[in-house]
Amino acid sequence: MKRPRSNQEKPEAIYYYGTCLADLLYSEAGMAGIRLLQGEGVRVIFPRHQTCCGQPAFNSGFQDEAREVAEQQIKQFPKNIPIVVPSGSCGAMMTRHYQGLFEGLPLHEEAQAFSDRIFELSEFLVNVLKIKLADLGAPVKVTWHSSCHAKREFGLGDEAKQLLRQLKNVELVELEREDECCGFGGTFSVKHSEISGEMVLDKTRDVLQTGADFLLSTDCGCLMNINGALENQGSRVQVEHFASFLWNRTHAS
Amino acid sequence: MPPETMPHQTLSEKSFLEDTAKALKDPQLRRNFKRAMSGLVAKRRNVFPNASEFEGLREQASAVRRKTLSRLPELLELLEFNCERNGIRVHWAETTEEANRIVLDIANEAEVRLAVKGKSMVSEEMGLNAFLEEHGIEAIESDLGEYIIQVDKELPSHIIMPAIHKNLEEISKLFQEKVDSNSTSETAEEMTATARKILRKKFHDADMGLSGVNFAVAETGTLCLVENEGNGRFCTTLPKIHVALMGIEKVVESLQDLPPLLTTLTGSATGQPITTYFNMISGPRREGEKDGPHEVHLVLLDNGRSKMYEDELLRETLLCIRCGACMNHCPVYTRIGGHAYNTVYPGPIGKILTPQIKGIENAGYLANASSLCGACVEVCPVQIPITEILLRLRHNWTRQNKKRHWTDKNRLELLIWNGWKQVFSKPGLYRIQAGLLGRLGNLLPKQTPILSRWAHFRSLPRFSKKSLHRLVEEEGIDHE
Repeated sequence: MKRPRSNQEKPEAIYYYGTCLADLLYSEAGMAGIRLLQGEGVRVIFPRHQTCCGQPAFNSGFQDEAREVAEQQIKQFPKNIPIVVPSGSCGAMMTRHYQGLFEGLPLHEEAQAFSDRIFELSEFLVNVLKIKLADLGAPVKVTWHSSCHAKREFGLGDEAKQLLRQLKNVELVELEREDECCGFGGTFSVKHSEISGEMVLDKTRDVLQTGADFLLSTDCGCLMNINGALENQGSRVQVEHFASFLWNRTHAS
Repeated sequence: MPPETMPHQTLSEKSFLEDTAKALKDPQLRRNFKRAMSGLVAKRRNVFPNASEFEGLREQASAVRRKTLSRLPELLELLEFNCERNGIRVHWAETTEEANRIVLDIANEAEVRLAVKGKSMVSEEMGLNAFLEEHGIEAIESDLGEYIIQVDKELPSHIIMPAIHKNLEEISKLFQEKVDSNSTSETAEEMTATARKILRKKFHDADMGLSGVNFAVAETGTLCLVENEGNGRFCTTLPKIHVALMGIEKVVESLQDLPPLLTTLTGSATGQPITTYFNMISGPRREGEKDGPHEVHLVLLDNGRSKMYEDELLRETLLCIRCGACMNHCPVYTRIGGHAYNTVYPGPIGKILTPQIKGIENAGYLANASSLCGACVEVCPVQIPITEILLRLRHNWTRQNKKRHWTDKNRLELLIWNGWKQVFSKPGLYRIQAGLLGRLGNLLPKQTPILSRWAHFRSLPRFSKKSLHRLVEEEGIDHE
């Protein structure tokens, strides 16, 4: 799939798909995404019965279980308006795998339409809303981890970095091996915890090498993983979702 | 080398986990792989500096392979016809046992005692060296990397660079201990010279040459061999019999199909714009010719490939041209090395090939040893959707487990995902769970089963006090 999609007119309203990890672990980041969208004059609808895209089970080989949960999601987003997701990985699950998951089933067409309406948050802010950000924060150094699923599965470009570059007091330091996997991989991190652990250790070495104050990314799974490893080492690098970082920089608290 | 000392491979999740842990704790091995793989990644990048140009190239290579696969049965028949017309005897083997038996029969017929071998992954699939040894035939590897590991009684750790797990000092020590005790071989050049001297005599004395096949051209009945050392040419021209071993997927229709495959193969494998030797074998020595073998045989091995061919997605496994780029770029392979897999084909391609060749019930666990990062898919010169295939294999494995008896470990996993489904497909239950996790989730101790594996390297994730669902409720965000 070739992204980004910029042919979309700015809509009056959009759906927001919070994702389970943002819901449970990074709720402020999830909320920041909503505020950024609202700030651009878009009405944000958050269907209350959404839970999880199904990826954890799907990637673990439990397709039937994933399908039941996915089915529940599709039904919550009936209107023909964009669905914005603050995660490239969940976005990839919903755009790349839903069609296959519902192949030959009554929900197939609906699943296809659902997939077609998915946008990742940074691509929507940049390509559709053409957001302009004014930095209010003190000078900081940040570095960026591009999530594998966002980049390779979803096909996300460097929209989030473009947003960071709009912030005048934010210095973006490139991360060595930026697109190498951090080792998360869902259940991979416990099924093959030793390999996963070595991968995240290498990632933290690269992060520390940059001298950055913040490590930012678009995916909560990677954030949770890298943050856990950095914290374990007593590092002071702050690991944050780009949505809450952007919101905090551009709005006085 | 007596047969009982030949290495063999055990397929089990337990030994895979043990060998993985061992490899991760071996700093020398880690350094050897990291250095070698980073070097290969850089070389490949130099030969394909432009991403969109590479996209174009691999589109072409992939199109050739896809076109071939779409007509595989017909092209194989055409290949057989034209090979036979050229005087190449064609043999079909459904299993590795059959393939071994075919080679042995050819060898026995001509009373072969010594065979020289060019590099062939199909021969590794067959376990051919060990089989021939058992029957009193010595098979000497002549590719330098293969020679090194044969001397050390090891199996390849990489499909292109079989001895890549060793560094120069380790090889030098090996040469002094096992090849030539008087040798002071220390540099790569000196050791190559030593091996060369030994191998020259073997080439001269051998009654049979064995080789792999990179591509076989159906229209002309030509076997193509890509190599860098010239040993392949020796193996296929000097001994009086040449036996080429090939997986049935390696056929192409015409000579015109070769250029995009050759460019992407050498560039992806070793970062070379062109190979050093390219051999095109179109039959045995003809009357009046002064060199070449008197007999040429082609053994076409199936070994599970027809089964892969039946499924539209799994069939794409057969697009592979064995360049090894997927392993060079794999964050798992580069950390554990090739031996930990205990498979003929390690790395990403091995994770999709092995469960299909050996059966999902025996090797399905390999499909789990991936973070699904897709680095392999990004570099694959023929666009094999490796992560899609891994997912399919995981799904097939679960489906099969559900039908059979579950082991305790698998049953626990089924229970977990069943519980997950119950909660995540029912918004009411989900809400209760979110509330509980927000209040109590952060009290879970690091020693909690499963969590402890995470916590060995990391602090535990912290649950938000208020879930996003609660925050949107409080902020009065629209719900429809």
